[in-house]
Amino acid sequence: MADTALTNNIEPPPQAAGWRAIAADWSSDQRAFKNVSWGKAMMWIFLLSDTFIFSCFLLSYMTARMSTTVPWPNPSEVFALRIGGKEIPLILIAIMTFVLISSSGTMAMAVNFGYRRDRVKTAALMFATAAFGATFVGMQAFEWTKLIMEGVRPWGNPWGAAQFGSSFFMITGFHGTHVTIGVIFLIAIARKVLRGDFDVERRGFFTSRKGHYEIVEITGLYWHFVDLVWVFIFALFYLW
Amino acid sequence: MTNAAVHLEAQQHSPQGHAHDAAASEITHAEGQQHPIKLYLVVWGWLFVLSTCSYLVDYFGFQGYLRWSLILLFMVLKAGLIVAVFMHMAWERLALTYAILLPPLLVLVFVAIMVFESDYTHLLRVLFFAPTA
Repeated sequence: MADTALTNNIEPPPQAAGWRAIAADWSSDQRAFKNVSWGKAMMWIFLLSDTFIFSCFLLSYMTARMSTTVPWPNPSEVFALRIGGKEIPLILIAIMTFVLISSSGTMAMAVNFGYRRDRVKTAALMFATAAFGATFVGMQAFEWTKLIMEGVRPWGNPWGAAQFGSSFFMITGFHGTHVTIGVIFLIAIARKVLRGDFDVERRGFFTSRKGHYEIVEITGLYWHFVDLVWVFIFALFYLW
Repeated sequence: MTNAAVHLEAQQHSPQGHAHDAAASEITHAEGQQHPIKLYLVVWGWLFVLSTCSYLVDYFGFQGYLRWSLILLFMVLKAGLIVAVFMHMAWERLALTYAILLPPLLVLVFVAIMVFESDYTHLLRVLFFAPTA
């Protein structure tokens, strides 16, 4: 690795695959992630920290639920909706899941068109993603309203263990906050894309380092993470 | 990123086999994570199918170990698809992949600890605080 250290070349030399490559990257007294840009590496590291936060929430929920002797409310019934005179279990949550997955699909395609420098398609797909996200938050607001009207509070609920209320508001509230921030982030970046900031290398918030369209991918990483967290919440909170 | 930028315009993308060897992954990265749109649509479709399956587990009211193994299986598959394809982890440099993916796996140790802890707490509550009717 000595010759790479002497030149300014950050492109790594051809090297062994697998663990040898990892050991070389980490021990090389250079940037460990080589051709991964700082912006992207930092977003990943932020997401790692966020993973720990959500892990702690889900873990405390698990601990509360497993250790209480009071019956836990059945989410399947709690989140059922009466449609056409028939109780359909968990239907609202299922629709919210599909909305969020769709937003991930449009986001993934936005990243692709971003690298192809197709400004209009990228911005349109990002706005579509933001719209799906806003829809999700709207449905969550509906869900919260319904439960609050039925008497669910952070300190109790009509159907059993008090910890149900605190877990519910804590976990879904924190996730909803992430979605809301994501929607704002998406709209801000989509506007810059549409205006052509990354082609003319215009300076500004989040564009101070001249962007190729990598910021679209970084925004996408955040957005997919929000979807990823929902996968775990859906499985562990609503289906348990 | 200067060299990567040069490659950005120069290199064409080959959809086959880029997940398999390290050299190909360098090329794919250099031109900025461009993969065929069809791949995203296929993953999107699979996420829909897997979510529907998760939902059906509840709808049909499966219980016990069957319910748990199905729920966790669909959860892990969905998470894997999102991270690997949508977040491009399958094509990232291994140094980054392991730095990001290994720490969350260690959370499983924490999970195991808390399962023991909550079982113990539950036992104590049953023994000492159960209503004596």
